Amino acid sequence: MKTIYVDNAATTAMSDSAVKAMLPYLKEVYGNPSSLHTVGQVAKEALENARAQIAKRLNCEPREIYFTSGGSEADNQAIRSAAVNGARKGKQHIISTAFEHHAVLHALKKLEKEGFEVTYLDVHSNGIVTAEQVEEAIRPDTALVTVMYANNEVGTIQPIREIGEVCKKHGVVFHTDAVQAVGHIPVDVKADNIDMLALSAHKFHGPKGVGVLYCKRGIPLNTFIEGGAQERGRRAGTENLGGIAAMAQALNDACENMSANAEKQIKLRDALIDGLLKVPHSKLNGDRKNRLPNNVNISFEGIEGEGLLLHLDARGICASSGSACTSGSLDPSHVLLSLGLPHEVAHGSLRLSLSEYNTEDDVKAILKAVPEVVAYLRNMSPVWEDLETGKKQHLI
Amino acid sequence: MALYSEKVMDHFTNPRNVGKIEDADGVGEVGNAKCGDIMKIYLKIENDIIVDVKFNTFGCGSAIASSSMATELIKGKPISEALELTNKAVAEALDGLPAHKMHCSVLAEEAIRAAIKDYYDKNGIAYDKADFPDPHDEEDEHFTEED
Repeated sequence: MKTIYVDNAATTAMSDSAVKAMLPYLKEVYGNPSSLHTVGQVAKEALENARAQIAKRLNCEPREIYFTSGGSEADNQAIRSAAVNGARKGKQHIISTAFEHHAVLHALKKLEKEGFEVTYLDVHSNGIVTAEQVEEAIRPDTALVTVMYANNEVGTIQPIREIGEVCKKHGVVFHTDAVQAVGHIPVDVKADNIDMLALSAHKFHGPKGVGVLYCKRGIPLNTFIEGGAQERGRRAGTENLGGIAAMAQALNDACENMSANAEKQIKLRDALIDGLLKVPHSKLNGDRKNRLPNNVNISFEGIEGEGLLLHLDARGICASSGSACTSGSLDPSHVLLSLGLPHEVAHGSLRLSLSEYNTEDDVKAILKAVPEVVAYLRNMSPVWEDLETGKKQHLI
Repeated sequence: MALYSEKVMDHFTNPRNVGKIEDADGVGEVGNAKCGDIMKIYLKIENDIIVDVKFNTFGCGSAIASSSMATELIKGKPISEALELTNKAVAEALDGLPAHKMHCSVLAEEAIRAAIKDYYDKNGIAYDKADFPDPHDEEDEHFTEED
């Protein structure tokens, strides 16, 4: 059975070129970039070369790039640092959105317990926050605005450039979790007025366990992991050189092929959306237009997502859902709830996230499998029975 | 898939006793769509024996597998035995459920109990109310704020 992998928002397969870029650093170039000797200095050169390449792709200076263990660490460091430095000036207010990734939300919750006040902006039914909302929420004591570039579940792209302008105008530090955006849509930290940005290599065919925190010169950055002078003292620990080299390669590839990849994925995405919306009582979650090229998120009324995923997996289709059962808790996805979806509808959601490796045949197989499985599950669902017999009203 | 035992996957993929009984003698429905699980059990009863049982379930893999296994465990059995079925017995028969899925087996036990109570009520059969506690309010238990 062929595997159809459509869970690229969770992680991607490494590209051949990224693997190739990593290999020399596992064996030949084994030095510690902090060592003075030749073996170490060869590694150091490779490290700085990767840094320069990534900086170029984001349109920033190499010294503004800090390597981390991934997106979550970068988000945590950025948010905590901005909060602590704000508090020093008596600023203890933070603005964010209701549907951030947990790397951001949980960091904010912790800060709330420590006395910070956080305003969570409404993301509306289309999953998009506006710059006007941000501006209205800014107060004299606002230390930080953190808004994700694109949402990981519903794929909606936020007006980052406009939000960046608002933050600049009011002198508030602006951080964005760009984990789902970098390598997929154009991201330019200068043009977008971004002060801090988190990215993760494994979302664009790079390796897991490596990411970047971009921090603009002049924005204070506190050390999160103590223990050495690496990353100009801001992030201790011997650098994951193989991962970093592979990340630089993967980002180069992603940026070089961005428009071609996007064009291909948008075609597949739209075919999936149009095809799946033919299932009665289904609904697209998130704005149709301002959407990542690779994201499909659809709710099917009367079914629960985990059952759908297990049946799709049995047919070789790897997807994900915002249902409670897949989140490990009993609540459905906070992202879908933030869009105003009723719990019942959020439980029946399906997320398909594409990559350029997907094909039209994949789409055909998905468009055959999903409606069949939905019909099968509805047939055994007492919720669906109540909806169809008129005992309960359809919500979608 | 490592999340579930082979037995769970078998009962999820090929659930036994799916469907409805139009002239059921007892019907029990428990759970809450908001929480993502609803189980509905139909019983056909002759001379205190459960001669047929069907289920409809809205829920995750373990909810469907628990329904399937629970119906298998009570089919052809006297009511008295069905009332003794515990959620633990359902989970054990499935070679275990992940800890956060144990509530699915609880739902199966409760659904059977609710269907038997419905049969007693419809037929004016006396019973000890203490044997049929109201299924706890799922909503209270499920909607705790994430920390």
